[in-house]
Amino acid sequence: MTARDTDWDGVRLHVVTGKGGTGKTTVAAALALALAHAGRKVLLIEAEGRQGIARLFDRPPLPYAERKIAIGPGEADDGRDAGGDVYALAIDPEGALLDYLQMFYNLRGVGNALNKLGMVDFATTIAPGLSDVLVTGKATEATRRRQAGSPSGFAYDAVVLDAPPTGRIGRFLNVTAEVSGLAKVGPVRAHADSVANVIKSPQTAVHFVSTLEEMPVQETLDGIAEIRSIPGMQVGGIVINMAQPAMLSREELKAPPDLAAMAAALTEAGLHSTDALASELADELAGHARHIELADRERTDIEAAGQPVYELTLIPEGIDLAALHRLAAELRDQGAA
Amino acid sequence: MTMTTNPQLDVDRIIDDRRIRIIVCCGSGGVGKTTTAAAIGLRAAERGRQVCVLTVDPARRLAQSMGLSSLDNTPRLVEGIDDEAGGSLHAMMLDMKRTFDEIVEAHSDPTRAAQILANPFYQSLSSSFAGTQEYMAMEKLGQLRRSDEWDLIVVDTPPSRSALDFLDAPERLGRFLDGRLIRLLTSPVKAGRPFGRMLNAGFSMMTGAMTKVLGGQLLRDAQTFVTAFDTMFGGFRERADATYKLLQAPGTSFLVVATPEPDALREASYFVERLAEERMPLAGLLLNRVHSAGSCRLSAARSLGAAETLETMISNGPLATDSATHDTVAAQTVSAAALRLHASRMNLGERERRVAGSFMSAHPAVPVVEVPALPDDVHDLAGLRRVGETFAVQR
Repeated sequence: MTARDTDWDGVRLHVVTGKGGTGKTTVAAALALALAHAGRKVLLIEAEGRQGIARLFDRPPLPYAERKIAIGPGEADDGRDAGGDVYALAIDPEGALLDYLQMFYNLRGVGNALNKLGMVDFATTIAPGLSDVLVTGKATEATRRRQAGSPSGFAYDAVVLDAPPTGRIGRFLNVTAEVSGLAKVGPVRAHADSVANVIKSPQTAVHFVSTLEEMPVQETLDGIAEIRSIPGMQVGGIVINMAQPAMLSREELKAPPDLAAMAAALTEAGLHSTDALASELADELAGHARHIELADRERTDIEAAGQPVYELTLIPEGIDLAALHRLAAELRDQGAA
Repeated sequence: MTMTTNPQLDVDRIIDDRRIRIIVCCGSGGVGKTTTAAAIGLRAAERGRQVCVLTVDPARRLAQSMGLSSLDNTPRLVEGIDDEAGGSLHAMMLDMKRTFDEIVEAHSDPTRAAQILANPFYQSLSSSFAGTQEYMAMEKLGQLRRSDEWDLIVVDTPPSRSALDFLDAPERLGRFLDGRLIRLLTSPVKAGRPFGRMLNAGFSMMTGAMTKVLGGQLLRDAQTFVTAFDTMFGGFRERADATYKLLQAPGTSFLVVATPEPDALREASYFVERLAEERMPLAGLLLNRVHSAGSCRLSAARSLGAAETLETMISNGPLATDSATHDTVAAQTVSAAALRLHASRMNLGERERRVAGSFMSAHPAVPVVEVPALPDDVHDLAGLRRVGETFAVQR
């Protein structure tokens, strides 16, 4: 066990959302890895059936079953720490429905018949909100699940949910509101209420992933306002993803470069036609300076939201398992896990 | 510079082709679909067409960039475009509940319409069913096309879980409304059952299970809804079929939008294959936010090597005690940083070429246009116009 405090010590269900294209699934996977230290067992859930997690971890498509897919990092300063385990689960609403029937009504046998009738179609795609309740239901069930003999008493020490994009997150999580028009009483309502008991509690935090661009930042701020407006729900951290590191200090970036001196330096470095090269490189540098300036402005807006902010550096080569571990380490170093 | 041997997608040729009446922009979330649709709409209007842009994305900034404080379910005229060529631009945002309500009102007598609109099941279905938005987008598209007020409609698809939901939702809703489940749901409240005794027993077992799972009240609401809705089913199905056929017609052109990222191009691949299966006319792929190498051709390896040489000089060189040395070191520092930046740009470009290359080799006949990454977001018509200019083929 490590005694290190993190920003989310009481949180057991980490919901990760973000605008499309911001790397939400990557961040969810990195967070799961970061949480899986000191023998802790973490479940990473994919809610949208894209099999993005399988691809990230270079595995064949995940079934509707909890499978171990990675080992978390051990801690160098603690000889006893052998790292933890990351399990993964890809939830599809159909599987969740059959699961739900089995768990609460012992009705798995009728699944096939229901399917033929279009009942599964109905419950998972037509009936408004039911599919969300089923998916969040599975995530909260895994969060609450007890296991005798585990140090915490729970089957998983933490659950990370790769949730729908920011534009749909409020509706996705606010299950009670979603089904309230539909089911004021009855089993669907009871199920929604038990889901809400976990989601609208300090056990759950909703983290937002954004890049330092105008539209994703705006969506993040809108999403945060939406989550804050739902009583009982807790906004978590904001993860700035794919941040481009500044190549020079802000002052150096502002000053127009001396082209002649640059050309001389490039010649010294063994390059040719350095006059043209210096001006081409200076143009690229000016573009970079502009990008950093815009990113700084977006960062200020993100910080003004008043939530803990974590920043992950752009990995230009693309994301593989090694890159995920790097991102997990960055999250750990910054106190997110 | 282009990275492939795929044919070049000529957006202007599509825009200028008066036989093309609908352009559908599709692709996964976050690739710039909505902006692309708006930029194409503006460009087409300024080239003389009567355009309506139908968006499902409530991006406020985009509305503002077209000079509209907000978009609603009615096409609004966009002021300030260059109308020298005789074109015009309207824009609207889909309000799925309003659209659904209008269909109900148009297809049933006032009493029955009121009954349906007040039903809790209908209210949930019309405002939050995950497929309703897709269905209503198709419905609205059909309405706009039939009104014949515009000679070009540009539509961007809803931010679905998968880009394919857009094509599947109408079929799914249709299947549900026509399906056995509906008959099962309605059977207890209809007079007389058409089923034999054995089937009947099976069905009551099923209804029992459903009551257990869904709850009696939910089931009753659904039944009431379905019964009231019964007369409209045929019309619904017909409309969905008509819109689907419209999408297969030669006057429609699908534009798949993607960024040079593996996930976005995987979705684009699925979409291209699906469109071929459904015999829907694909215009091509708009590859958005490509980081072009620029004019500097220095390789990443040479660039990094030179940066390291300079960095060694800086750390081994004399301390900057006089201003001349200080200036030299400053120039070396700036040059090394610029070289590293250039190397990472070249690497990024290389990676994008590789990722895009695998799409191209899988779909060698799909026309492609590359659109460079722009540093700023779009804030006004001028910005939207600039985006449109990047679609034009460099001749």
